[in-house]
Amino acid sequence: MAVLDRRSRRQIANTAFVTFSTVAAAIAISALAAILFSLLVKGVSGLNLDIFLLSTPAPQSHGGLANAIVGSLMLCTVAMIGAVVVGVLAGTFLAEYSGLHPALNAYGSVVRFLNDVLLSAPSILIGLFVYYIAVRPVHGFNGWAGALALGLIAAPVVTRTTEDVLKLQAKQLRESGVALGAPMWVTIQKVLWRASSGGILTGALLAFARISGETAPLLFTSLGNQFMNFDLTKPISNLPAVIFQFGLSAYDDWQSLAWVGALLIAFAVLSINILVRVLSQEQKRS
Amino acid sequence: MTALTATTDERKRTRPAGASFDPIFLGFCALAATLLLTALAGIVVSLLIGGWPALSHFKLAFFTSSEWDPVKDIYGGAGPIVGTLITALLSLVFALPIAFGIAVFLVEFCPPILRRPIGVAVELLAGVPSIVYGMWGLFVFAPLFRDLVEFPLITWAPPGSIWEKLFQGIPNGSGILVASIILAVMILPYIAATLRELFLTVPAKVRESAYGVGCTTVEVVWSVTLPYVRRSAIGAVMLGLGRALGETMAVTFIIGNSHAFPKGLFDGGSTIASTIANEFAEATSDMHTSALIALGFVLFVITFAVLAIARAFLGASKHG
Repeated sequence: MAVLDRRSRRQIANTAFVTFSTVAAAIAISALAAILFSLLVKGVSGLNLDIFLLSTPAPQSHGGLANAIVGSLMLCTVAMIGAVVVGVLAGTFLAEYSGLHPALNAYGSVVRFLNDVLLSAPSILIGLFVYYIAVRPVHGFNGWAGALALGLIAAPVVTRTTEDVLKLQAKQLRESGVALGAPMWVTIQKVLWRASSGGILTGALLAFARISGETAPLLFTSLGNQFMNFDLTKPISNLPAVIFQFGLSAYDDWQSLAWVGALLIAFAVLSINILVRVLSQEQKRS
Repeated sequence: MTALTATTDERKRTRPAGASFDPIFLGFCALAATLLLTALAGIVVSLLIGGWPALSHFKLAFFTSSEWDPVKDIYGGAGPIVGTLITALLSLVFALPIAFGIAVFLVEFCPPILRRPIGVAVELLAGVPSIVYGMWGLFVFAPLFRDLVEFPLITWAPPGSIWEKLFQGIPNGSGILVASIILAVMILPYIAATLRELFLTVPAKVRESAYGVGCTTVEVVWSVTLPYVRRSAIGAVMLGLGRALGETMAVTFIIGNSHAFPKGLFDGGSTIASTIANEFAEATSDMHTSALIALGFVLFVITFAVLAIARAFLGASKHG
């Protein structure tokens, strides 16, 4: 083979590189498509009204996922209420107060770093921690523990977005509050929070999407429950744990219920993600 | 009018009404921040306390022995620890080039109309819950992988060669390699999204001047874009690694859950997270629980180190 000149070699290298990058993007897209496709194929066939009306069945009998759906919603709602309160306040501290004093600033940097660690800490370890403080002392798995674990996963996300959004707000907004004679806490609540409500909502929605698919920390906090249960002091059923239990079981009908559950969760999470993108797009426009 | 001038002359500013609540509100905010801090401290402390009985009982053997036997109450965590490291590193090896390719594609030569949809699709891949990856991996991907990759490779591998060693294991679709591939798909979008953000921070002038002197795309990326974002890119990769280390559900579904050292790529194994997920709720003895928590502590130390390094690399360029 003749030795290629420099120019053709560069061209070939470039073509190879362009091809590789395009293939890489194609791989990612087809992975998403493949996952969605199997969810639809395996999940939709099992989808019917009973899924939302009946509780999880014993093997080989007819049932639905109603208790798991209700349980998941309860756990996530309680977790999000706690996470938003803690996250917004902590984010406000980091954005507004930590610059006021050197000591607060140092403390703020520590909190910021550890919040980032908590943000990416393995969720199963958060579950272990909650097991220690909320399951072992009361000698029983319970819904509050599950909600606490989910809240601990969501709170750092809300904290991070709140801080980021508040820092984006113009200095003039803060000055206008001061000029009106408002104390700082009123300025923060009535001016800054309101101005950044869209961003905070986005963060909260993303956190919600993240915890609604979270399984690992629930396995040994809220465990699961075969029956419909509204009492957070008892074990409470939840979709991810049901998918885990049913998916790995040997029964066909359990497995098909697991697929329906997976379809529901993936659909919910992906719609929230798309909703967030639409919302933030509109904010940019206005 | 006179009254107004008088007050400004005095150079005194009355405190706004309600200002006395300011310190209280600051207190609330600081309390919330402290709560997050306490949570992290609580995780470390509870893992250390809970794992201490196992760590002090088995000492170094906990890290070197792979004998994990709940019946005899002997726990050596080397299997899961090594499994965690192997799957995380392998997944990084798979994910990194592809994530890099996606980022380059989106930044350098994606048709503008497709840029947003493809970007969103990659981000959605990050949104798919771990458990859904697990279901998909076990029921859809694993059988395909078994028929199309494992069987052919095992039959192809010449006896006595290094390939035979590498492809050891029961070709049932679950195992170290499949888990790593699924993990790679999961961390791919995170690395790709961060790399893309980083590539976009390179000033257009710099890139355009490189194109201007006649560089091809590959040359621009290798000699201009990459050196420009080098430090932060390492941070992004470490963040992906951190995620792969702690990933639980998807791995639990497909790694095969055996506590021994994996002998080959197709052999079953376990990671720290999958072991805890499988056994914690039904641990047989106090020592069993303690050993699982000690594993959790090891996982925490590993991820903390990785995340701290990632922050150091990312933070230096972001806030500096």
